[in-house]
Amino acid sequence: MMTAPQSSRRFFLQAAAMAGGGLMLRVSLPRHAEAAQQAGVLNAYIRIAPDNTVTILSKNPEIGQGIKTSLPMVIAEELDVDWSQVHIEQAPLDEVKFGRQFAGGSLSTPMNYEALRKVGAAGRHMMLAAAGQAWNVSPAECRTDRGTVNHAPSGRSLTYGALAERAATVALPDLDTLPLKDPKTFRIIGQPIPGVDNAKIVTGQKLFGIDTTLPGMLCAVYEKCPVFGGKLVSANVDDIKALPGIHDAFIVRGKSTGDMQSLQDGVAIVAKNWWTANKAREKLQVTWDDGPTAQQSSAGFAEQAHKLAHAAPAAWLRQNGDAASALQHAAKRVEAAYSYPFLPHMPLEPQNCTAHFQDGKVVLWAPTQNPAPGRRLVATTLGIEEHDVTVNVTRIGGGFGRRLRNDYMAEAAWIAKQVGVPVKLLWTRQDDMRHDYYRPAGFHFFKAGLDGQGKLTAFSDHFVTFGRNGGLADSAAMDSNEFPAQLVPHLQYGQSVMELGIPTGPLRAPRSNAMGFVFQSFIDELAHEAGQDPVAFRLSLLGEPHVLKGSADPMRAFNTGRMRDVLTKVAEVSSWSNRRSLPARTGKGVAFYFSHMGYFAEVVQTTVSPAGEIKLDKVWVVGDVGRQIVNPSGAVNQVQGAALDGLGAALGQGVTLDRGRVVQGNFDSVKPLRMNQAPPVEVHFLTTDHPPTGLGEPALPPVIPALCNALFAATGKRVRSLPIDTGMLRA
Amino acid sequence: MAFTIRINGAAHSVDVDGEMPLLWVLRDELDLKGSKYGCGAGLCGACTVHVNGAPTRSCLLPISAVGDAQVTTIEGMSAQPVGRRLQEVWQALDVPQCGYCQAGQIMAAANLLTHTPRPTDADIDNAMAGNVCRCATYNRIRQAIKHVAETE
Ligand code: FES
Ligand code: FES
Repeated sequence: MMTAPQSSRRFFLQAAAMAGGGLMLRVSLPRHAEAAQQAGVLNAYIRIAPDNTVTILSKNPEIGQGIKTSLPMVIAEELDVDWSQVHIEQAPLDEVKFGRQFAGGSLSTPMNYEALRKVGAAGRHMMLAAAGQAWNVSPAECRTDRGTVNHAPSGRSLTYGALAERAATVALPDLDTLPLKDPKTFRIIGQPIPGVDNAKIVTGQKLFGIDTTLPGMLCAVYEKCPVFGGKLVSANVDDIKALPGIHDAFIVRGKSTGDMQSLQDGVAIVAKNWWTANKAREKLQVTWDDGPTAQQSSAGFAEQAHKLAHAAPAAWLRQNGDAASALQHAAKRVEAAYSYPFLPHMPLEPQNCTAHFQDGKVVLWAPTQNPAPGRRLVATTLGIEEHDVTVNVTRIGGGFGRRLRNDYMAEAAWIAKQVGVPVKLLWTRQDDMRHDYYRPAGFHFFKAGLDGQGKLTAFSDHFVTFGRNGGLADSAAMDSNEFPAQLVPHLQYGQSVMELGIPTGPLRAPRSNAMGFVFQSFIDELAHEAGQDPVAFRLSLLGEPHVLKGSADPMRAFNTGRMRDVLTKVAEVSSWSNRRSLPARTGKGVAFYFSHMGYFAEVVQTTVSPAGEIKLDKVWVVGDVGRQIVNPSGAVNQVQGAALDGLGAALGQGVTLDRGRVVQGNFDSVKPLRMNQAPPVEVHFLTTDHPPTGLGEPALPPVIPALCNALFAATGKRVRSLPIDTGMLRA
Repeated sequence: MAFTIRINGAAHSVDVDGEMPLLWVLRDELDLKGSKYGCGAGLCGACTVHVNGAPTRSCLLPISAVGDAQVTTIEGMSAQPVGRRLQEVWQALDVPQCGYCQAGQIMAAANLLTHTPRPTDADIDNAMAGNVCRCATYNRIRQAIKHVAETE
């Protein structure tokens, strides 16, 4: 039986008795808090069983960001239970019940932290009330301690489990006035707690999407046109069907809507095991109609971008003062052209999905960061209702933004419908690298002016980016507030667009992962041109601590004071002022970046051999993500991973397009960072009186310019294009 | 063709194409899902198993070449003292992020520590460079290997 819900301005709380005598608590945001809910918020379920185990449902997909551990920690803290009592269950997709379920944008922590504390506190309050009733004493005389309630005057105590049934019947507390713990007394929040799936991971138990096995399941591969959006003309599927071990092979007609997120034309091959299905592709012959994208190439875009750079931008994103005239009258003028490539996500677990279609309904097991749009896509693709699509979210072998898209779900569902038994679709590494939603490439043509004192007075960027279907390509935009937008009197950002047939999308720290590189590298050039210390130059650009305009949400507005503090701290911990005493061809570089509400400043030290080989000596990271790091173990791991991820991308990653297709296919041509390249990453957090924010992403953007600036310090050569061409670094 | 191979101390019979790599025999025929597919080309190490004690990329090893060798997978590592120790320390130091590469990392680390109980940083670089961690948990992997070596 559910008690009448208790609603407050922000929350909605319900309690119920569980069959067998436990307590179930559900907290959510009231419906009118639509905007917040859209952003990925809370809906927490806690069950307290008579045996005193506490089960917390983890509603968001786990992609390695540690959310399955850190958000339950917050509830457990305020509930005042022992972490060893807590079990975590992955919630299935049900947004009516759980609210928005996704992983992305480093949003889980900021959206959920205070709310989840209240959830835990409500449970604790109800346990106290239940104990008071049971003993006929005032709850104020009772204390909780790790899953028990004690009444010191009488020496009595009961576990939460024993109280759970009664707690389900007490009056619900008012969430707005409910007292929370003093953070000084935290025993779980702020402690390094290992990931809840670690035991399964290290013993090789089934956990990931690719590990899904169902009775009678077959395995499938799906061959698509190497040119994006190409159409299938014909294929020798009868020859394929005749091969030993092949269960079926058939042509699939796409449901293309032009955005490349829906089912594309292709050939499905199904066999008892995956290797046999994939092997048959060697014999597969397909005639494709490549379509218009086959004209596109990386070299062609670079040429076009440089042509566009000579003309005025097609549009102005921002114009302050009179940049053109200020440039003309500057004591010193600096110009530089920067570019960066299309980047694949390449999570180590290639895209896959298992589906079983039966009686007009389909059940999927999907490693997706974003299951709800996946369900919609599957429903549309199969022409069935959404409520006939069930999505089980598995653990995910890396997301990085790739799994915000659900193309593999549509493919698996379609193939399963055709075959009639459970089917696991698995892409090869090449499929994964050649059918991605790439981080868009981009080109920046900078001009800046310094006055006689080396002060930056004029700044201009002509950004050449990509468009699609009349708008900008996904994740190809630049923010008109991009630093140093509000700090230079004469400043202009212009933009020109090239039409693109290649699908693009968000990659870890979308937009920032590229903007950080170009802006923080060019600012470093200006510091050197001004004859100033790159840290001091940046501090003087940031000016006195103040909040820049640009976002109605104060959390999203750039606070120059917070950035000054992380920058100052990173200079200190990295012994920045001693950098002149480093040996020849060793250098330190610095950069900062504000993204995902987090402030990060980083220093990289590198040594370059006479042959141009880069050795990464060390990275120092200082971050400010507010007043509380929930799980320092996961936090440091995330920050180290993000910094190393950026370094890997700068050193060896990028795909090139030729005749509309991606040239690279595996880790020999797009190179992930390896152990022998990975430097130690020293991580510091500044604790500031601001709400806690996420850290899966904001540590990435500054590391790339910090590296390139270090390479300049070591060699005098300025890297303006990624991935880094080590040839240019030769002595 | 019928093959009988020995995995984690037990004999298993399968009837597959002799070219089929051990990885897919383990995963699809024997339902041992601990060894992972990452690249299929010997470039990532996610599929690492031990064949007669030597770390081997199972995605490249045809079943016909396994013969009567002893194959050990991550599922069998708890039976070895070094494997069990690595698994404990990996959990306690919270090495994994997504976790997908970690079975392969532990297989590589076990081989390193078996032959070099006190590895230097250079030893770790050499032994582990073939195992990609896309989440870049390298600092933690290094720390965990050293911790096992020091507390042996
Ligand atoms: S899957 Fe075998 S090395 Fe990558
Ligand atoms: S933990 Fe994700 S690939 Fe290593």
